[in-house]
Amino acid sequence: MSAQAAGVEEVHILWTSEGLSCDGDSVSITAASQPSIEEVLLGAIPGLPKVHLHNKVLSPTLGGEEFMAPFRQAAEGTLDAPYVFVVEGSIPNEKINGDGYWTSMGNDLATGEPLTVNWWIDQLAPGAFATVAIGTCATYGGIHAMAGNPTGAMGLADYLGWDYRSAAGLPIVNVPGCPVQPDNFMETLTWLLYQAAGLAPMIPLDEALRPQWIFGKTVHEGCDRAGYYEQGDFAKDYNSPKCQVKIGCWGPVVNCNVPKRGWMGGIGGCPNVGGICIGCTMPGFPDKFMPFMDAPPGGSVSSAATGAYGSFIRRMRTITNKTVNKEPKWRHNGDRLTSGYQPKALQR
Amino acid sequence: MAVREKIEPGAGNIVDMSWDPITRIVGNLGIYTKIDFNQQEVVQCKSTSSLFRGYSVFMKGKDPRDSHFITSRICGICGDNHAVCSMYAQNMAYGVKTPPLGEHIVNLGEAAEYMFDHTIFQDNLVFVDFCEQMVKETNPSVLEKAERAEAPGGSIHGYRTIADIMRSFNPFVGETYREALVVSRVTREMCCLMEGRHVHPSTIYPGGVGTQATPTLFTDYLTRLLRCLDFTKKAVAMNDDIFDFFYRALPGYEEVGRRRILLACWGAFNNPDHVDYDYRNMDAWGNEMYVTPGIIVDGELVTTNLVDINLGIRILLGSSYYDDWMSEETFVAKDPLGNPVDQRHPWNQTTLPRPQKRDLAGGNYSWVMSPRWYDERTGDHLALDTGGGPLARLWATALAGKVDTPFVKSTGQSVLITLPATPDSAEVQLEWKIPKWSNAIERNRARVYFVAYSAAMALHFVDRGLEEVRAGQTKVFEDFDVPDEAIGCGFHEAVRGVLSHHLVIKDKKIANYHPYPPTPWNGSSTDSYGTLGPYEDAVTGMPLFEENGPDEFRGIDVMRAVRSFDPCLPCGVHMYLGKGKTLKRTHSPMFGAQGG
Repeated sequence: MSAQAAGVEEVHILWTSEGLSCDGDSVSITAASQPSIEEVLLGAIPGLPKVHLHNKVLSPTLGGEEFMAPFRQAAEGTLDAPYVFVVEGSIPNEKINGDGYWTSMGNDLATGEPLTVNWWIDQLAPGAFATVAIGTCATYGGIHAMAGNPTGAMGLADYLGWDYRSAAGLPIVNVPGCPVQPDNFMETLTWLLYQAAGLAPMIPLDEALRPQWIFGKTVHEGCDRAGYYEQGDFAKDYNSPKCQVKIGCWGPVVNCNVPKRGWMGGIGGCPNVGGICIGCTMPGFPDKFMPFMDAPPGGSVSSAATGAYGSFIRRMRTITNKTVNKEPKWRHNGDRLTSGYQPKALQR
Repeated sequence: MAVREKIEPGAGNIVDMSWDPITRIVGNLGIYTKIDFNQQEVVQCKSTSSLFRGYSVFMKGKDPRDSHFITSRICGICGDNHAVCSMYAQNMAYGVKTPPLGEHIVNLGEAAEYMFDHTIFQDNLVFVDFCEQMVKETNPSVLEKAERAEAPGGSIHGYRTIADIMRSFNPFVGETYREALVVSRVTREMCCLMEGRHVHPSTIYPGGVGTQATPTLFTDYLTRLLRCLDFTKKAVAMNDDIFDFFYRALPGYEEVGRRRILLACWGAFNNPDHVDYDYRNMDAWGNEMYVTPGIIVDGELVTTNLVDINLGIRILLGSSYYDDWMSEETFVAKDPLGNPVDQRHPWNQTTLPRPQKRDLAGGNYSWVMSPRWYDERTGDHLALDTGGGPLARLWATALAGKVDTPFVKSTGQSVLITLPATPDSAEVQLEWKIPKWSNAIERNRARVYFVAYSAAMALHFVDRGLEEVRAGQTKVFEDFDVPDEAIGCGFHEAVRGVLSHHLVIKDKKIANYHPYPPTPWNGSSTDSYGTLGPYEDAVTGMPLFEENGPDEFRGIDVMRAVRSFDPCLPCGVHMYLGKGKTLKRTHSPMFGAQGG
């Protein structure tokens, strides 16, 4: 595989969060610890190429042209090493707004006109070693692409085409989440950096261009409240520790590992800690999940079925649970041993 | 490096300098200035942003119970503040009161958010401007002084000289820089314990929270909180040392980012013993908040009444790209107390975007409208700022003299904060005193004191929450119905300052929703009365201390002034950058080993 054969020693990360975003994904990566951003940048992970990060939130520069320089070099083809292009935020439709535009990043040095984010994507995506969409806005459009939006917002693959391939032959790598789960992104980035170093094969992606090992299972499959579902025991309001599918949780049909992995450092999450799953990793987010606090329409059928046999199972388990909550009867301080042990000496 | 352009030959040594985008902030901000290098002074400043997303437009017609989930997405660093503020506004509209334990959990989540966000912004973003590497490149003589200057707080933080402190803030390699990143994670875990996730919470609902309030929840939170306190105590001492040193090393530095004292705080941490979310009682329960709301004009506390604060808000079109809504629908003619509500109030605003070319020469140049506060005493539309959040919060709380808890007390002119003994340090009592100026250094200094304030309040909320749990009062959520028609407003403090959400419900749907976060206040453009926005005002007329001449100019003093407000541009929901100007010459030096 050509991407694996590359084996580079240095990589730039050119990261634009100037799409229609809240910068929440940039902020999110500072929460990662598996691995942390400083571990990647300081060369603390064996095998990774040396990484130069160019991200507005973390940039040590004073901004302006100090910050823009590597982006301009990449656009001119003069950057001194391959780059991973990270896009954060929905991509607006700039064909619908006359003389205006929805979002820009820096200015054209010759004309002084602001350069749209869409222009930068046009310049930087073709030459990138890999192009990564971070967060649900960049992957599929997200909140800003909600019905009734004025900007025509969309995801990166809607803009570049789902058949886009990077200079190294990679499709867009989508890491959705609103915001992205911190370690999910850093782990994906680490794979791509190993791949750039020639140490990993092509990253395995599903048809929505998500890393398969992260998004291959549903919220429900990793949720510690799923046991209540199995027993047909449902929360009626948000005070309850039970399964939330009847008060708005979409977990059974949403691809996401957060209840399993926690939000950060194993802490937090969504339905596992009392927050309904609103489907924020999904291409259909948000419209197909609204109103968020109503029960999902399909859920009543499956939960009714669960309710019938689940309540029977629950009763059986209650009986067994009482049994296993009692110690065996030979544990006592009586005069005779009743454990069943029979010393050889006493046997005839 | 700035982009520069000589304005016209023979016009003196005035040069156009711009920085776009500004780094180490959240969001898209550009700063365009004119600098007089003969006088070493900024003569003009305009702040612009390049982002339009249209929340108030696409929220219309949606289910109002979705509002906190949607509005959280306005901001990627303080989204939870939006979710909470929306929950407050919805509680008012639905007539529901969060159970006391739910309030404590929200307060604990928000305290953790303040601790996280102020720590990462101060130590990993702002302090890069004060680190050894930056000072060496912009004021080498100041670094020389710093090498010889003994650090007064050395016994607390362990650094012998001021330069040693500066070195510890060098990005990614400095030990304080890296320790701050770790603390920013521990504090975010605290936030996740209470609100499910950071930065867009999962467990916040109108009527309360879904968080499971077991003793374990409080154990997990408290142990993490206590582990942060050694760092907090050291951070306060390091900040005081650096900022006091800058006043000494660069006489006149108090003028950097200085503006008239016009501060706004909308209050934070509701007191469950008092808050009932009834608008008619808002003055009373607002005054019971654990950060007192208030408006301060020239050092005088004008009001702490949230009803007065609410009714005085005016959204001026200023230099922005919108059609006027004066002839549009009036959603709220009178508030629930019978007071008239202005057509320029957020309840009555209709957002009518009209994209157009930028006209910096006296025309419209921004998507930022200009929030102002109408001062009935003078008839002025005041361009209030938030002092980056903490300065206004501490100032209002100090002057009001109302907050009195075991760990935080307002004295009428200062705030006393007690942090208990922790493994590496004894109990300390900190005192934040009202400063002489509203300037860059005091905005920054207040930030680290507010980390201590939040930590101390969190200790109190843990105690209060555990009392409830031990008494078996574990209800955290109260059910409600959405009325056919209702209005609501929420007042809160986002990390970087005032936050309000105004909601109108018709036929059980959102008829109008207007959030006003801190950055439209701080980063607003020149308004219809010709009044500059606070960034513009704070930078215009500012002296410059950078030792680099015009050719190597970096703009460090301008950046320190702007960053002191903690710009968070996604908050500027309606912001937009028009066309740029012709730029002639560019200098693009790289900074440090990491490049850009």
